[in-house]
Amino acid sequence: MTNSLIKIKVNGDDISINKGLSIFDLIKNFKIQPSKIAVELNGEIIPKSSYNIEIKENNNIEIVHFIGGG
Amino acid sequence: MEKKDDSFKIAGRNYKSRLIIGTGKYNSLDINKKAAIASGAEIVTVAVRRVNLSDNDNPKITDYLNPKIYTYMPNTAGCFNAKDALRTLRLAKELGGWNLVKLEVLGDKKTLYPNMIETINAAKILVNEGFKVMAYCTDDPNLAKILEDEGCEAIMPLGSPIGSGLGILNPLNIKIIVEQANIPVILDAGIGSASDAASAMELGCDAVLVNSAIANAKNPIVMAEAMKYAVIAGRKSFLAGRMPVKEYAVASTPSKGRI
Repeated sequence: MTNSLIKIKVNGDDISINKGLSIFDLIKNFKIQPSKIAVELNGEIIPKSSYNIEIKENNNIEIVHFIGGG
Repeated sequence: MEKKDDSFKIAGRNYKSRLIIGTGKYNSLDINKKAAIASGAEIVTVAVRRVNLSDNDNPKITDYLNPKIYTYMPNTAGCFNAKDALRTLRLAKELGGWNLVKLEVLGDKKTLYPNMIETINAAKILVNEGFKVMAYCTDDPNLAKILEDEGCEAIMPLGSPIGSGLGILNPLNIKIIVEQANIPVILDAGIGSASDAASAMELGCDAVLVNSAIANAKNPIVMAEAMKYAVIAGRKSFLAGRMPVKEYAVASTPSKGRI
């Protein structure tokens, strides 16, 4: 069971997820609507059309959205 | 010379309102929305931040200010170098496909004055990438000109430090920037009350950006409406052309026929 878990970083937090999950799966797990976010993987912006790519061990993911600001 | 169509043109679009509002510091998104409606603003600034993964059910700004109705202008608030600003705006572009952005690279945490060297460097790259850059800048006319020459869509000189409410501390510089600019000048930062907004427009600014003065007013919705009329009044006052200033009194009533 432990073998199927991988460590990744999401929005600065260390978390463990099942191996084989895609970005789309991760977003779904967090109950986030894909239309309202942008995703960065290891510093590279991932277009929405590529959310099916598999997340790998030690990947650094940022999920951002719009909030109020001046 | 009053023109029939006095719309505010930016990035290929015409806007009726010359008031742009920020969406930070409001007590609630509901007040933010009501203030936006009262202000008549058609462009709003927004920030790019991490999604709160543990509490993602909280209301979203896009649920209150419809991006199909309001033009979203993503900012780079909190960025202290060109690299972070570029990263933020590229993410913003991916978020909504917006090209119109507010570039803001800060140089000092206490004053929040812009780092103009980094701002100019970032502007250069963003313009090359096809962004329509509205650049927050100091009120130095030479630096404002450099930003224009780099291909910025608009320059946004500060009236006074962000969130200070001190108004326009150097009206002469703002006037010079307006006179020499061939692109829109939007007064950003420092507006404290409606009269400040009117003053900015009287100096010839094409628009003003207001956030704290509305959000931090005791009644943000009424202040938003005050800003709306102040910007209209200031614009008309500028277009009308003010009377010359004289040192001494000039009677308004003719002396001819006096008994």
